[in-house]
Amino acid sequence: MAAEVAIEITKTFPARACISAELKYELQQATALVLFGPSGSGKTTVLRSIAGLEWPERGRIRFISRTWLDTAAGIRVAPQDRQIGYMAQDYALFPTHTVAGNIAYGLSALTAAERNRRVDEMVELFQLRGLETSKPRELSGGQQQRVALARAVAPRPQLLLLDEPLSALDIPTRMQLRGELRTLLKRLALPSIIVTHDWAETLSLGDLVAVMGEGQVIQVGSPQEVFCRPANATVAQIVGVETVIEGHVIEEADGLATVRVNGTLLKGLGGYAIGSPVFVCVRAEDVVLEQGSTGLTSARNHLNGKVIGIIPHGVMVHVKIDCGFPLVAMVTRGAQQELGIELGSPVVAIIKAGAVHLVSRME
Amino acid sequence: MSWTAIWVTFKLASLTSMALLVIGLPIAYWLTFSKWRWKFLVESIVALPLVLPPTVLGFYILVAIGPHSPIGRLYTDIVGQTLPFSFQGLLVASILYSLPFAVQPFATAFDQVDRNLIEASWTLGLSKAKTFFKLIIPLSTAGVITGAVLSFAHTLGEFGVVLMVGGNIEGVTRTVSIDIYDDVQALNYSAAANTALFLLVVSYAVLLFIYAMNRKVWAVWPQK
Repeated sequence: MAAEVAIEITKTFPARACISAELKYELQQATALVLFGPSGSGKTTVLRSIAGLEWPERGRIRFISRTWLDTAAGIRVAPQDRQIGYMAQDYALFPTHTVAGNIAYGLSALTAAERNRRVDEMVELFQLRGLETSKPRELSGGQQQRVALARAVAPRPQLLLLDEPLSALDIPTRMQLRGELRTLLKRLALPSIIVTHDWAETLSLGDLVAVMGEGQVIQVGSPQEVFCRPANATVAQIVGVETVIEGHVIEEADGLATVRVNGTLLKGLGGYAIGSPVFVCVRAEDVVLEQGSTGLTSARNHLNGKVIGIIPHGVMVHVKIDCGFPLVAMVTRGAQQELGIELGSPVVAIIKAGAVHLVSRME
Repeated sequence: MSWTAIWVTFKLASLTSMALLVIGLPIAYWLTFSKWRWKFLVESIVALPLVLPPTVLGFYILVAIGPHSPIGRLYTDIVGQTLPFSFQGLLVASILYSLPFAVQPFATAFDQVDRNLIEASWTLGLSKAKTFFKLIIPLSTAGVITGAVLSFAHTLGEFGVVLMVGGNIEGVTRTVSIDIYDDVQALNYSAAANTALFLLVVSYAVLLFIYAMNRKVWAVWPQK
């Protein structure tokens, strides 16, 4: 039997849209699944149902060969018996326990010696050395997040569930920890499901993305697939980033990174080591089109390309350009007519460096 | 001042307070975490001793534990004695009379424990019972102590229920408050004054302790 996760749940709420989510994927294909969607889309409810902390009215949840929930057959496995690691959005560290005490909390089945060894191992892995006897309130946000993760991982769960793992942090810490978290998840090689509403986190952490909107799973695919080829207008609106393409950082100066994408060079906001693989993300509305270069502008990126697709989008038009890689620009119908944009016509795409978002990725 | 009465009173108050830890904690847990829609029925019953005149409560307890009731008969069959006008009977009455003074602070404290912490404990594999002892109780220490001390203090000053259920038997059921009443009846004002002052000082000390303790805890874990 394939190592598969199958979820099919329905839950109604008095004053909110009901949740009716279906999701099925193979673990070989995705160690880390990201549940991505705007707030209120039901992703946290799905995660909490998988954890056994919330009970859908109808549905089934299967993890590999074990059924955790089957309302038709009356199966309801308690959270204690699911062997999961769960990290809540606010980390929920036990204020009365030290860092070591928090990590050891779920290890009561081990002997004292084994327990100490495991705690030590986690302290090492999560870089918490020296903080073992501190209480949670003495820690910084980033440290608290690492303790919460260490505590969830310490009992060697079968599945790790993370609810908005980075949203409680301030923005600079979040950027830094995003990379750390991804490295850790890869090293642990533990199947995990991560809930987030942040597209950069989705690209950075997910092997597979399930986009949720209004209580339903609308699209499941690789991060690039979901961002560049949204299944429908709803997904496109939820993700909001039309161009996501792989590249490598080749130069880094004054906080500005130069990235090579298929032989084309782009400048974006940096902070990455030379040679590191990144996703280059550009929103269509950040791309300006010009008919032949008129000279100097403050924008750092001027890309010569050819129009390869025109898709009407309400009062706007999505123009797909081949400039060494596919790039989507959004212009008004008036602009399209004035510039004479049609299939095959040459254009110059202008993007400010600040609009070229770089998100580190794994290779 | 009668030292025998003081001894009976403190014995009664300590045993009541301990019994309420055993009985009151599970009741408070259930009242806090149960999602049963008719829960308020039980909540009201637990709070009843707060509003009922002690004589009414005492009367019903007396009838309930008397030799003609099933409970009274069962007790007599097992122990060979009757409950009314005995120390054991008085203890049962005190436990019921002080129940809300223990259960309400317990429940308030449990209610303030962050549900996320409880859920984290469950996902880490700890059963509901283990979570209760390892997490909820340590986080509710102030409330648990407050409940135990309040029920102790409340039992110290009990009068009506004692008179109805325990009577006035020297060394068995005569508590401090009854002693004061007896002294006044006998126009022995100086003895009454001494005992009254003693009870006043003890009660004030107990309340000082509770308020000081809760204040300290409040400063360490500010309310959200």
